[in-house]
Amino acid sequence: MDVIIESLPQYWDGFLRTLFLAAVSGIIALVAGTLLAAARVSPVAALRGFSMAYVEVVRNTPLTIAFFFAAVVLPRLGVTFQQFEIAAIIALSAYTSAFIAEAVRSGVNSVPVGQAEAARSIGMKFGQVLSLIILPQALRTVIPPMINILIALVKNSSVAGAFYVLELFGYGKQLANDHGDAVMWVLVGVAFFYLLITVPLGYLAHQVERKVAIAR
Amino acid sequence: MSSVLYDVPGPKARRVSLIGSVIGVVLIAALLAWAIMTLAQQGIFQAQRWAIFGQADVWSLIANGIGATLAAAAIAAVIAFPLGLLLCLMRISDVAWVRIPTRIVLEFLRGMPVVLMMLFVLLVFATSSFIAVVAGLVLYNAAIFAEIIRAGIQSLPRGQREAGLAIGLTSFQSRLTIELPQAVRRMLPSLVAQLVVLLKDTSLGYIVAYGELLRAVQVMADFLGPQFLFPVFFVAAAIYIAINLAVSRLAIWIERRGSKKAAGGVAKAPTAGVSTVVK
Repeated sequence: MDVIIESLPQYWDGFLRTLFLAAVSGIIALVAGTLLAAARVSPVAALRGFSMAYVEVVRNTPLTIAFFFAAVVLPRLGVTFQQFEIAAIIALSAYTSAFIAEAVRSGVNSVPVGQAEAARSIGMKFGQVLSLIILPQALRTVIPPMINILIALVKNSSVAGAFYVLELFGYGKQLANDHGDAVMWVLVGVAFFYLLITVPLGYLAHQVERKVAIAR
Repeated sequence: MSSVLYDVPGPKARRVSLIGSVIGVVLIAALLAWAIMTLAQQGIFQAQRWAIFGQADVWSLIANGIGATLAAAAIAAVIAFPLGLLLCLMRISDVAWVRIPTRIVLEFLRGMPVVLMMLFVLLVFATSSFIAVVAGLVLYNAAIFAEIIRAGIQSLPRGQREAGLAIGLTSFQSRLTIELPQAVRRMLPSLVAQLVVLLKDTSLGYIVAYGELLRAVQVMADFLGPQFLFPVFFVAAAIYIAINLAVSRLAIWIERRGSKKAAGGVAKAPTAGVSTVVK
């Protein structure tokens, strides 16, 4: 037990870095994922094909492979990073954006056909239909799955700890090495800090889901 | 292909779209060309770097890695599924002192990174890394399976349970013989989609030093020299993705087949990432 209190500064530092990684990658992934979803339903065949291929490949790639590529293979190829955080953010946002894109696309499909037809019948072009009519409604319905994806992102950021980033999991490994006699408590402390993020987010997703369910 | 989102393109729109497509393809081609140029400057395409794939040893290492990956995934799946069923039954039990602790345990397991569970088992119980990987996968996926099957049971028409109770089955008998079989069948696409997640997560074994495919890559690069890292990594990543794509296709196939044949139909597979199946 003492070990947790003793190492609170490390835990706190790791906690903040986990939050930072998740927040930055989450924002990038939300934007990139929405763009990918827009490309997936666009009239331009090349965009559709690219988006489809990207989502299909990335969704079936283990995250560890993505990290290994960003943190180990890229530097060997001459793309070096000042900080490994950047490699982690690239891997996490590239990975998560594919899931966001799928969620947004399922949201787009859930919007009643009449909405798009009405928009087109008053002369809107594809860009206007999508950005003014469809996406605002689609994004709203997919908020709960989005939150679930963000929860997964927080958990996935733990992989960064194995690739030279000192976030919660990275500190956990380090502290476990330093305190060989209290490994269990060290890791229980790490778990606690993860739950501190994931459980409230899960609760939020549940609440939003109920709200949306009533509204529709 | 026509879509409700845009009008059927006329000649002008088709021309614009064609130009857009060409520009897009050119951009992607340029990006690829740049990547290939960069790689070529590093000497990636020298034949001798790829010549290692002519050696039987390299392939036997890769085969060992694939074997270790599949073994961990298969054993974890076989243990996690019955455990998930059990947890599901406990989660919806009529007895509060069974239901509530199970709920807390499930919340706990779902809120934790899988790799943390692996590390926990590895260090605290001082097991082999194989057992750590399998235990981490089992704990996490059993919790997810339990939630998927619970969602399946809740999606059944209420009359199923009422009819079971009406002919004198106990609550537990009704769950086990009436609701559970239908729920599992209904959620089959989600369950298979979760298997893909499980398979992908075996790669976390790399972090706890389990000799799966990615670890085999690392070992080979350390052994043969860093110049072989890229070729070996490239082949291993391609194998990983091919296996996962195959299982994903299986999930889609089951969904299509199920929606045709199953009496009650099957629920649509959450496009991985949506609803309960998230990774």
